[in-house]
Amino acid sequence: MNKNHRVPSNRTLNAVEVKSKFGAEFRRFSLERSKPGRFDEFYGLLQHVHRIPNVDLLVGYADVHGDLLPINNDDNYHKAISMAAPLLRLFLQRKEEADYSAFGTDTVTRKKTPAALAAVKKPPIIISLPKDFRPVSSIIDVDILPETHRRVRLYKHGQEKPLGFYIRDGSSVRVTPQGLEKVPGIFISRMVPGGLAESTGLLAVNDEVLEVNGIEVSGKSLDQVTDMMIANSHNLIITVKPANQRNNVVRNSGGGATSGSSGRSSDSSTSFYGYSTPGLMAMTPSHIIQNYEPDEESEEEEDLVIEADRGAKLILQAGARATASTSMPALPRYEPHLDLRTSNGTMASSASAGSLNAHKGLEGRSLEEDGTVITL
Amino acid sequence: MKRFRRHGHESQRDKHKQDLYQFNKTVEHGFPHQPSALGFSPSLQLLAIGTRLGAIKLYGTPGVEFMGLHDENAAVTQVHFLPKQVEMVTLLDDNSLHMWTLRAHNGISELLEIGRFTLSGPPGAPPSVTRVTAVLAHSSGELLLLGTEGGHVFVVEVPGFRELEENNISVENVQNRIPEDYVGRRNLECVEALHENPLNPRQVLIGYSRGLMVLWDLDRQRPIQHFLGTQQLESVWWMEDGVNILSSHSDGSYCQWTVTGEDPQTEPENQEMPYGAFPCKAISKIIQVPSKQGPPFLIFSGGMPRASYGDRHCISVIHSKTHEALDFTSRIIDFFVIREGENHRGEPSALVVLVEEELVVVDLQSEGWPVIQTPYLVPLHCSAITCSHHVSSIPLKLWERVQAAGALQNTHYSRKPWPIIGGQNLAPDPPQRDLLLTGHEDGTVRFWDASGVCLYPMYKLSTAGVFLTDADPNDNMNQGSEGEWPPFRKVGCFDPYSDDPRLGIQKIHLCKYSGYLTVAGTAGQILIMELNDEAAEQMVEATVVDLLHGQEGFRWKGQARLDVREEPVLFPPGFQPFALVQCQPPAVVTAIALHSEWKLVAFGTSHGFGFYDYHQKNNIMVKCTLNPSDQMAMEGPLSRVKSIKKSLRQSFRRIRRSRVSMRKHHTTNAAKLQEINARLEAEALQEMELAPVQRKIEARSSDDSFTGLVRTLYFADTFVSDSSHSTPSLWAGTNGGAVFAYVLRVPSLERRAEDPVVAHAAKEIQLMHRAPVVGLVVLDGKGAPLPEPLEVAHDLSRSPEMHGSHHLLVVSEEQFKLFTLPKVSSKSKLKLTAVDGSRVRRVGVAWFGSRTDEQLESSLVVLTNQGELHVISLPSIKMMVHYPCIRREDVSGIASCVFTKYGQGFYLMSPSEFERFSLSTRWVVEPRCLVEAPLQMRLKNPSSPVHRDQPDGVPTEHRNFKKESEGYGVLQEIQKSLEGDQTTFLENNLKTKPKGNMLSNGD
Repeated sequence: MNKNHRVPSNRTLNAVEVKSKFGAEFRRFSLERSKPGRFDEFYGLLQHVHRIPNVDLLVGYADVHGDLLPINNDDNYHKAISMAAPLLRLFLQRKEEADYSAFGTDTVTRKKTPAALAAVKKPPIIISLPKDFRPVSSIIDVDILPETHRRVRLYKHGQEKPLGFYIRDGSSVRVTPQGLEKVPGIFISRMVPGGLAESTGLLAVNDEVLEVNGIEVSGKSLDQVTDMMIANSHNLIITVKPANQRNNVVRNSGGGATSGSSGRSSDSSTSFYGYSTPGLMAMTPSHIIQNYEPDEESEEEEDLVIEADRGAKLILQAGARATASTSMPALPRYEPHLDLRTSNGTMASSASAGSLNAHKGLEGRSLEEDGTVITL
Repeated sequence: MKRFRRHGHESQRDKHKQDLYQFNKTVEHGFPHQPSALGFSPSLQLLAIGTRLGAIKLYGTPGVEFMGLHDENAAVTQVHFLPKQVEMVTLLDDNSLHMWTLRAHNGISELLEIGRFTLSGPPGAPPSVTRVTAVLAHSSGELLLLGTEGGHVFVVEVPGFRELEENNISVENVQNRIPEDYVGRRNLECVEALHENPLNPRQVLIGYSRGLMVLWDLDRQRPIQHFLGTQQLESVWWMEDGVNILSSHSDGSYCQWTVTGEDPQTEPENQEMPYGAFPCKAISKIIQVPSKQGPPFLIFSGGMPRASYGDRHCISVIHSKTHEALDFTSRIIDFFVIREGENHRGEPSALVVLVEEELVVVDLQSEGWPVIQTPYLVPLHCSAITCSHHVSSIPLKLWERVQAAGALQNTHYSRKPWPIIGGQNLAPDPPQRDLLLTGHEDGTVRFWDASGVCLYPMYKLSTAGVFLTDADPNDNMNQGSEGEWPPFRKVGCFDPYSDDPRLGIQKIHLCKYSGYLTVAGTAGQILIMELNDEAAEQMVEATVVDLLHGQEGFRWKGQARLDVREEPVLFPPGFQPFALVQCQPPAVVTAIALHSEWKLVAFGTSHGFGFYDYHQKNNIMVKCTLNPSDQMAMEGPLSRVKSIKKSLRQSFRRIRRSRVSMRKHHTTNAAKLQEINARLEAEALQEMELAPVQRKIEARSSDDSFTGLVRTLYFADTFVSDSSHSTPSLWAGTNGGAVFAYVLRVPSLERRAEDPVVAHAAKEIQLMHRAPVVGLVVLDGKGAPLPEPLEVAHDLSRSPEMHGSHHLLVVSEEQFKLFTLPKVSSKSKLKLTAVDGSRVRRVGVAWFGSRTDEQLESSLVVLTNQGELHVISLPSIKMMVHYPCIRREDVSGIASCVFTKYGQGFYLMSPSEFERFSLSTRWVVEPRCLVEAPLQMRLKNPSSPVHRDQPDGVPTEHRNFKKESEGYGVLQEIQKSLEGDQTTFLENNLKTKPKGNMLSNGD
């Protein structure tokens, strides 16, 4: 592991050597350690020295442990500069070809032995670029919903992970002017272990389902609700009345937790999907819950159209991404990093630095970032 | 922005919707499900059928039909018309009596329930005292005699249902006066029959179940004569002479008794056991009708020798030397005889028999007593309906040819006109000729004239002749051997037994312009037929098409392919097959399409699809759509029971394994282990039983079962590969949400016989929501669906707009999605399931127009799994209107729905009945008919307010006289002017009728 751990050169401690690799090309230059400047300047510089002004890049660097970590904002840029000892090794990738799996998996050192990599039993810990994190769930519309309700959005995307829950008929008690009244309702009856629903921690058995994608379920049969959920499964928004009302979002709690200090996750099984912190919900300001704008059309799944005149072998399965993405530009965007879903996610200590970096990165962005960071 | 609607547009659109769409269930075609009672009014010439579900249906001359439903969900056990009136009484299973009437409103009669009644016995009496078993609608039209289980006869005044207690005939009254030794200690049991003396309406005959019959004088309230029958009584019949009485008994005998006035009569005049010697079954009903041509007609049901023919459903007709046992295929409900003449006292003309599955009318005046074909109440289900297909506006030429072919099949029917002729059909002639084709389990296709209110059978096509089946063609049950006793004769066409279920018809497509017909069946057979006016003997060439093209590791465990007859087969005039495609594996054909202009037939199963050039008689292309992981489709349908059992066992094993491994370290004792296992198994079982119904929420994946099943096929001349040249194309949609498009090269007409038709794959669309694709439509440059093949050539449709871009509409079970062509990109969509949780079950393209405007616009008509009908506009795919139509539990009803091209539709409301509905304001087929009250009724009530309320003071008699002598127009006019009066009369009758004047003076 420490193979690449160089002894810092005593020559120029105030200068950082930069060795930047893009494709097969290397560029070398140096930066002043004390005045690194901002990330976007640095980014421009990289484009300049590689003579690739219009190419979107992913910038990664090898940290002291040889792990590949991203640079995409001022904070992790400064961190990278400060940690350079003194050589800062950069790896540039075209954004559209980026191999996200490399990040955080100490690939810099081990990539050369793919066999060894494959043999590693422990699934790699993935630290991706914060802006490219795929949300898997979020609590939305906190500001308009009653506190006893929770609107949860599950992002199915193209991943293989099952949604993983069951619903049943039941009856719930409503308060009416005439007193308490029993009305039929739909409830979550079972969670599939390891499924998307369970791993978010936002839904639980016996939660009453009130709405599916904005449509009330009252008066609808179990089968109708099932069909509605399945039809919306790519972007499922369900409003529930949680059976456990102790973890509700409390509004007007003074807006104390302004920063995204959401980093640590002790509940490791949900950490990847929800990258969330227990108990945080209570401290979260009410309006920041909506994290990812529900951009209807872009969230919309696109149909796969194959033009046969290309002579390409027809690809039936959207899963055959590699072939599809090269031969057919009309393909839907399957974000390759979704492949990485192996998290059983104990966050190894080796990744902690990166993870911190990543989360620090959130600070600079709008408050809304924190919205998803809620779990029970 | 689009969410802010402008109000002006809204109201305009609403008005537009009202102009175009309205929902009505209009007619019920076919035979009522589970009939339970039959009634007939000779004066009205109306037939009434009550059903076990509480429906009551009236039929007169073709086109005259009425339908009513009792609020109670109880079976109708008896139906009686009040003699010479428009009222009718029904008795239900729950012992309630209901009064119905036909009331004219705006010149059209309606069936209305105007009263209900339940007998109330003396306080504390057991319910059997008032449990009605026999009803006599007295010929006065004012009395109802109700015989009960307790042996009493109650007298009730109608139509107001007022009990006339002083006239009741209690069982004690009767019992007192009969010889002690006859009665013994047994009671008389229930009143089995009530009959009125045909010559003296003041005398009624009461028949008790035990065998006693009492002739009762209504005026003097005392018995006239007792007939001491010793056999269990089934029915009685008072002969026309008023002197002789027939009684039928449970031992299969009937007796003749004479009214002499000598009391009591202990022995019948005559006793017969028609199928005697060995024990016989009961004769449930007997009637005798005199005839001027010799001896009377004796007609009775049942009485068959118990051991050898106890399971037959027979009605025996005996007239002079002719004796026939009409042998029906289902249980006999009831029968009656229609008689000619002014007062319906003349020659018997027809025997009408209601059996459980059909209505059979036998012509008693023609040689051999042939059956008269029924113009309505046709048993649609004589073999179970497996699919249906509707073709609107049939060209006259084709219509006549089908009709001619059908006429040749109906030579065994009587030439007599339909004998039930009540009411007038006022419905306008249907605007067009429509055909409904039904496919049946026995491999037949029936053609029905669906233009009007009566669904009339036109022609029947059988496909069984093409194949070798187990059935012996010589095995004709109709041929009774010479001298057989009883002399059976099979009548009726209900035959639910199929020789070979593989013959079942699954898909039908008829091209109305060319007369080509394709039918596809259960065992992967696709027959292509042509209409030929001559009989022809020909070989049918079979082409086996392997749909698994290149798929490895396949095991088909389903049915075998049908064997084709190798020798030429003689086909009668009509549709004759000339080409046969057999899919391999021989799975059910799930989709077909016929393009008669290109002479191509496309077909699909759960394994793939292909298409066949029936001009050159070769298969052009196959495409396997099978998902290699789909075991179900690979192996064919497996026994469900087995698989559940298997999965149960597996889950037990799994539980056991996990628990065992957990406890392994702790338990060494094998016995203990077993005990735990046993307990776990029991727990698991209990858990399974107690687990609530739950549904899994999971996105559909590609490895669900039957994703490769082809749901829809579609031929279109459109822009598939480039936007400047349109080409013929074939489109296919699968259960897994995939759409395949093929570009076809069809040779020009001159070279059609030589050059091959070529197809190559052009496009494939995988819908990401993966819902089954149930419909594909190409819209032309103006947003209208492409016309049918040959439609333009026959000048019946404007040619499609080929300028401007075409669009492909993909209808999946969940969404409607419009794509541009030739570059397939999504343009707009409507997500049905995501919004209201319903799924598309049936879809069709229909044309709608307002009553005033000539302009038609096309829309999609959709039936969902919730049983709701939606109209969706084209090409904007917006929901216009929706109406609830079918109960959502009625899965087979929903599955059977077909749409017409003009916004009507049919679905099976029971296995034997089509409900017809209309979504259009412009095209509605519904019965409009008028039934007039018989003349006697008005004449008979001189004191009724009719006179008083005459605006012009013209006496009623005079009017009625005029009515008889003058023509039709006058008649209607009078009817109109009388309508109001009639209503008043009825209401008066209901409320203010004085006490029964005739009966009260009896004491």
